[in-house]
Amino acid sequence: MTGHRGAILGLHLGVIGVLAALYFVLPAYHVSNLARIMVLSVFAMGYNIAFGYTGLLSLGHALFFASGLYATGTLVQLAGWPAGPGLLAGIAGGALAALAVGLLALRTTGVAFMIVTLMFAQAGYLLILYFGPLTRGDEGYVIDRASRVVAGLDLSDDRTRYFAALALFALALLACLALVRSPTGRVLVAMRENAERSRMLGYDPFRYRLIGLVASGLLAGASGAAYGLMFGYVGATFASIQYSILPLLWVLLGGAGTVLGPFLGTLVMFYLVDLSSSVTTAHLMVVGLALLALVLFARKGLLGSLRERALPWLP
Amino acid sequence: MDFGPFLLLATMEGLVMAAVLALTAVGLSLVFGVMRVVNVAHGEFFMLGAVLAWFVTASVPGPPALGFAAALVVCPLIVGGIAALADRAILKRLDYDPEATIVATIGLLYIFQQAALSLYGPDARPVQAPFDWRLQFPWFGYSGYKLAVVAAAALLLLGVRQLLVRSRIGLVMRATQYDRETATAFGIDVDRVYALVFALGAALAAVAAVLIVPIQQAHYLMGGDPLLLSFIVVIIGGLGSLRGTVLAAVLIGLSDGIVSVFFSPTLAKILATLLVALVLVFRPQGLFGQRAA
Repeated sequence: MTGHRGAILGLHLGVIGVLAALYFVLPAYHVSNLARIMVLSVFAMGYNIAFGYTGLLSLGHALFFASGLYATGTLVQLAGWPAGPGLLAGIAGGALAALAVGLLALRTTGVAFMIVTLMFAQAGYLLILYFGPLTRGDEGYVIDRASRVVAGLDLSDDRTRYFAALALFALALLACLALVRSPTGRVLVAMRENAERSRMLGYDPFRYRLIGLVASGLLAGASGAAYGLMFGYVGATFASIQYSILPLLWVLLGGAGTVLGPFLGTLVMFYLVDLSSSVTTAHLMVVGLALLALVLFARKGLLGSLRERALPWLP
Repeated sequence: MDFGPFLLLATMEGLVMAAVLALTAVGLSLVFGVMRVVNVAHGEFFMLGAVLAWFVTASVPGPPALGFAAALVVCPLIVGGIAALADRAILKRLDYDPEATIVATIGLLYIFQQAALSLYGPDARPVQAPFDWRLQFPWFGYSGYKLAVVAAAALLLLGVRQLLVRSRIGLVMRATQYDRETATAFGIDVDRVYALVFALGAALAAVAAVLIVPIQQAHYLMGGDPLLLSFIVVIIGGLGSLRGTVLAAVLIGLSDGIVSVFFSPTLAKILATLLVALVLVFRPQGLFGQRAA
């Protein structure tokens, strides 16, 4: 493993470098898409920590994304906070939501865990609708341009937004890489592989699963908070079940339990929907067929298959 | 209106809801009980039933009752057929692995939704009730059709119970649920039982949808609520227990009806979802045990 340290670091820094260079090459339309993909893939990376590494199949991650989105949106737009502290509050919001859900939901495993997380996320979505006069429900609200300035950087400007998204993406990617190569990360994988054996070795499954879930919620919240500030829109759709399914799809497509998989999955899926919309308007069909094809023919996803066949050192 | 009659109205609305919910949830419970598959696409089978009912009633000439009767027979058959196909083509190939089947049924959910959106359109469309008869109370008039729905659902549930308890195929289903390996050893074709159970579960959801569609219009997104509520009912009722499922449906249907009338439908759903999460956390045997509610 250590023999490939250079290759691993080079690969991940290389991806970040290529993304930075792409800004100067790509036309404006794709630059804007890519900024969105980078922010959303932070959400996917968060999902991957829970699902890919810790083995927790959650159907309620929309709650963590929406916690970040709404914590930031509410504080910045409705309470008049400056964007910087609002962003931090959003990140904390995602982690706290994951902590609260985890303390209860992690008493269950397997199918029960999926349903409990689904129910909590649904309760969160309904709460947003219930406070409709404040949140404006499905219709949502816009965060003013003037309030979207973090530390002097105007996030509604295209170039600033792209590099802010890249910075967030790079930070999340390197943090994931560090986490999964750390001793804690190894214990998380052990929980996925065999919780009983890990317990016998003295690691408390509940504690490590909670660590995994909170780290996952933190990234999801960061993605939500950044999405709100960068694209200026907060709406209940982001809390709906669809936004719990999408990160699952992205991670499955890119390869669960690989560091770059979530980004690759988000990128491919985004452009699959984007390209197919010139042929058909049936986006849901594309998502549905992709899920079926993955689960039937490629359980390990793109990078998972690649790791199996050619690059065993891929983290 | 005074409080008393108001409560009566809320209770009757709740009963109608409970009846439809019980049918849908028994379908979900049967599939989980026998096959151990969490069918996330169950609500879409409900939606397909309603949408097909619109097509059937629109294409059958003559009085509305005739078209409705045709829908009541045809829709469950078609939806059951689709379900059996899905089981054979997808779920069987996944070897009924719990996580993989959940992802696969999520995929099916999107495919069914898109099919309905493309072929049926985004509008909600009404289906005419087979008869138009009102029961006149001293305080308000009440649709006789809604009461007929409650009666029909009760009859159907009784039929399902008889099928499971008295018939040979019911015995085979229960044997498969109890021990798949031993059932195979006794010459039971488990694959066929699974396809049949999956079809029966979907058909129950479709029947429930045909019954409700004269009251609530057919729409391609209508599957979400029945799915969520069926999950709630099945979990609170305890799996493998038909009686528990029906009891929980009445409990959830009534309380949902009453809380919705007096407070807000959204609040009722928030309370129900949180209740189910807590039941699962603190009484997990409610999910996997044979305990009745």
